Parts: sequence; C-alpha cells; structure tokens
Amino acid sequence: MVQNIIEVKNLSKSFDISSKKPGLKGTIKHFFRRQTKSLKVIKDISFEIKEGEIVGFLGANGAGKTTILKMLCGLIYPSEGYILVSGYLPFRRKENFLKNITLIMGQKQQLIWDLPPIESFYLNASIYDLDKFEAKKRIKKLSEMLEIDEELFIPVRKLSLGQRMKSELLAALIHEPNILFLDEPTLGLDINAQRNLRKFLLKYNKETNATICLTSHYMKDITSLCKRVICVQEGAISYDGKLDLLLKKLSPVKEILIVCRSEEDAIKLENSGFTIKNKIKNEITIKIENNSITSSLKNILNNYDIEDLFINEPPIDEIIGKLLIKKDYDF
Amino acid sequence: MISKLINRKIFTLLKVQYSNMLEYRVEIALWAISGIIPFFMLNIWTNNNLNESINISDVMLSRYFLCAFFVRQFSVVWVVFSFEEDSLMGKVSPYLIQPINPFFRYFAQHLAEQITRFPFALIIIFFFFIFNPESIWIPNSGILLLSIISTFLSFLIQFLIQSIVACLCFWTEKASSIERLLFIPTLFLSGLLAPVVSFPTYVKSWIYLTPFPYLIDFPANLLSGNETNISGGLSMQILWIFLLFPLFKKIWAEGTKKYTAMGT
Repeated sequence: MVQNIIEVKNLSKSFDISSKKPGLKGTIKHFFRRQTKSLKVIKDISFEIKEGEIVGFLGANGAGKTTILKMLCGLIYPSEGYILVSGYLPFRRKENFLKNITLIMGQKQQLIWDLPPIESFYLNASIYDLDKFEAKKRIKKLSEMLEIDEELFIPVRKLSLGQRMKSELLAALIHEPNILFLDEPTLGLDINAQRNLRKFLLKYNKETNATICLTSHYMKDITSLCKRVICVQEGAISYDGKLDLLLKKLSPVKEILIVCRSEEDAIKLENSGFTIKNKIKNEITIKIENNSITSSLKNILNNYDIEDLFINEPPIDEIIGKLLIKKDYDF
Repeated sequence: MISKLINRKIFTLLKVQYSNMLEYRVEIALWAISGIIPFFMLNIWTNNNLNESINISDVMLSRYFLCAFFVRQFSVVWVVFSFEEDSLMGKVSPYLIQPINPFFRYFAQHLAEQITRFPFALIIIFFFFIFNPESIWIPNSGILLLSIISTFLSFLIQFLIQSIVACLCFWTEKASSIERLLFIPTLFLSGLLAPVVSFPTYVKSWIYLTPFPYLIDFPANLLSGNETNISGGLSMQILWIFLLFPLFKKIWAEGTKKYTAMGT
C-alpha cells in the first residue's frame, strides 16, 4: 500500500495586513495610527498526498495556493492546524527534512547571478553534503535529462530565461529530493521550454518516484502532469480529486458538429429533440450529455444521412476558468 | 566528522563567494579607498596638535589611524542591507529551506570580500608610508598574530550586531533604519574618529562597557603598539561574542516564525 507522504489537518494561516486610505490625510493618519487587520488566507483545510503522486493546486490569483506550498515546505509558519511532510513538522526545518524537499518558485532564483551555474551546483552539492564525485555524477545525469551542456559554464546573467530555469531546476534537484514543491515552474517560458520542462518532470517522477506538488496558471502543465487536483478558492478547498472527474463535472455536455448530406436531413435533425447550439445550412451543432453520448450518436448515425461529425471538447482553460470565477460551485 | 563537513561547506561557500567577489574587484577597490576616514581624522588631529592633549606622539598617532584604517577594512559589515533586500524581494526563501543557516552565506560573502580587499588595502598602506616614512614600523609576530585575531573578533562582533538588527526585518521591513541609529555610536565610540583614550575619564569608563571600543580602538591600539590591556581587550571581545551569539540565535528562531516570504 502506498504511504501518505503529506498529511494536512485543519490547517489555517492568517496574516496581519495594514491598510491605508488614499491621499495626504490617509497618509498622516496611517503614520500616527496604523490600522492592521488579521486576514485568514487559508481556512481550515485538510488533505493527504501519497508518495509518488503529482498533485496540481488550482485557484485564482490570491486564492492561497502558494501559501499552502510555502507551509508544506516549511518556509512559513502555520497559524493553526497540523502538517506532516515525510514524517516531519515542516516549520521546524530539520536538516533531514530539508534534504528531502525542494521548492522552485517561478523566476525566483538561487543561482549566483555573476557566476556560471556550475559554481552554484557545486555549492549546493556541498551544502547537501554530497562529495565531489557524487556531485559530478548527478550534475552530468541531470544536465543530460534537462538537455543543458555549454550553458553550465556561462554566467547566469547571460543565460536566456529558459536556460536559467533549467539551471534553477538542476540546482534545486542536485540533492535528489523526494518531494518537489513547484510554484509556477513554467512562468515566462516559451512553448518548447514549457514542454521540455513537463517532459523532464514526468521523467523525474517516473525514475525517482518523487512526489510533486505543483501550482500553475498554464492548464497544459496541470493536464500533462497531474491526475489529481486540489482546487483552492478563497483559502478553502473546493475540490480534491481526479482531474478527469472534475472536468466531467464542470462540463457535463459535449458539443458535436454534424455535417448532414442534405439540408433536409439537417432540418429533420433540428426537429428531433436534441439541444441545438446552432445550424448553418447542412451543418448543425448539438449538445449531448456525457453519459448519453454513445446512445445518441448511434441514434443519429442510424437514422440520418451523415457526411461527417466532429466531437468538440470544450477548452480546459475555459472550464477551469469557470470554476475559478464561480465561488459557490457545488461538487 | 561534523566539523569536517561544516568546514567543507564553509570552504566551498568561501571559494564560490570569492569567485563572485572577484567579479566586483573594481567596486571593492573603490570601497577600500572610501574607507580613508581615519586619514582625514589624522590630518585634523596633527594640524591642530590635538595629540598633545592626550600625550601621544605624532608618529604613534599616525600609526594608530593607519591601524584604524586597516582594522576597519577587515571588519566592515553590511549584512543588514543584503539581508533586508533579500528578505523583501523574497530571495532569502530558497536559502531558508536549505540545510545551512542563510547567514553563513553572508558570512562567507564578507570574508571573501575581505580577501579581495586585502591587496587594495596594502596598496593604500604602501602610499601612506611613502608620504609618512617616519611612521614605518614592523610589529613583532606575536603582536601581529594577536592583532589579526582581535580584528577577526571585531568583525565577528559587528557581524553579530548587524545580523541581530537584520533579523528585525521579520518584524519591521526596514531594519536598516535601526542600523543607522547604531552607526552613530559606532562612528564616535569605536575609535574611528578619535582614540577612545581622548575621551574624558568618566565617559571612557562607560564606553569600555559597550562593544564599540573593541571594534576599532582596541585592535588598532594593539597593532600600532600603543599601550593597551591586551588580555582585558581580548576577553571583552570574546565576552561580547558570547553575549551576542545566543541573542542572535533566539531572534533568528523567533523571526523565522514571522517570515511571510514576501515577493514570492
């Protein structure tokens, strides 16, 4: 049986936020009497993640995804609740725990700007107690996986964003962590670099059975990597389960474009009781519920003279976008 | 075994930071030149014959200010500014989840900068001796060794003080403004502008209870060969380190609980 590597129970996080009214009056008032209020950004959430799972955290900006990742990796202290990651309380930042995890945050970098990445790799290797031989072996292996070579010897400031991100990944993975926390890892990368990064993460997960927790606004990252997603809305979890199931729930109908041989057939089909989206001459688009798609298509193919048909999957960005906007989705 | 590993980490940090500092060698040369306040002070003191009031000869005074310059070169600390920027920009986040305290990075940066600074400081001293040949002297090896130790202890005290102030970033975002307050007593009471011996007796007795005279005055007097209580001075330096280190650890532990990882 696969073990839980992350356990979160009734976790909450509040931040003290100071607010200031605009204008000179507001500034003077703010100077003498600062008004702060406690804002609960994570509200009593609970979930578990199994070893080797890749879980995507979905949510609008400010929903609390990154705050959850920061608490899971021990960067910030939780206000209430319980977190256990790989058997450790993350915020205690014990050495063995830190050697087991890594955090990659978009364009925030740990590489030394004026030196080639190789210098940062050897530095990280010594911080994680790797000897020079082992470090060399891992740098070779990871640079092959990430397809970087000459870039290792060029100062970081002269690398492209994609090359820098790959180097960042290498620096973050040199100690072969079991748990990866990735916050927007493909932010700002071009399509090819994004695809390569996803390919690399899948390979890394397959080879090391590492657990990956990921946030991204690029839906392709989520659909390519994650079977399971956790949706965060205003600091609370609104959905935790399989991505497929979520998509089915959010988009219960499919659109089918049917090209009839004649306009007469199209008119016949239009009056047959299906939900019609639109009709242009002999082309008609109907909406069919996911659970009756097979029987409905059988019926259409048997009873009408059909030249061609196309099943249109609604764009995933659109479906998830609906989820992020609507606050009271009932799963 | 543990100390071997720590040494390896520190050594690698130092090596990498030294490579990094060499990229900034021009800036470091300028910083070295910018530390010539003691030479201006020497000029003021000698032109106004102020040294007569404290019974120090011209030669000894010029040696004192030269040593003050030298000690300052190897004990200057800027960790509060680096940490504040890194903390506000979220750059400190990746370091916080590495199995080494981020302050070791800053510590290594400072040491690396001192090594880079060394040849420039020597050049400045060389020119000082050209213009003041009467001040040339060679301290004996024992005094030289104690002076190096004392300068390093002075650096440690300043590094700890600034690190404690830097940790206040976890509560107030602009901890460097608190450092500005500390800059005033550091400037006046450390011996950078005037040897502490020139202060009135009553004030002196209070000054010696603070860490400030052990930052410049004590190591500079020791190196220049002025009369000084060597064991007392070194003991006070060690005492201050023993007082400041646990305070730093406590503030660090409490501060990291407050960390909000801004900018990430």
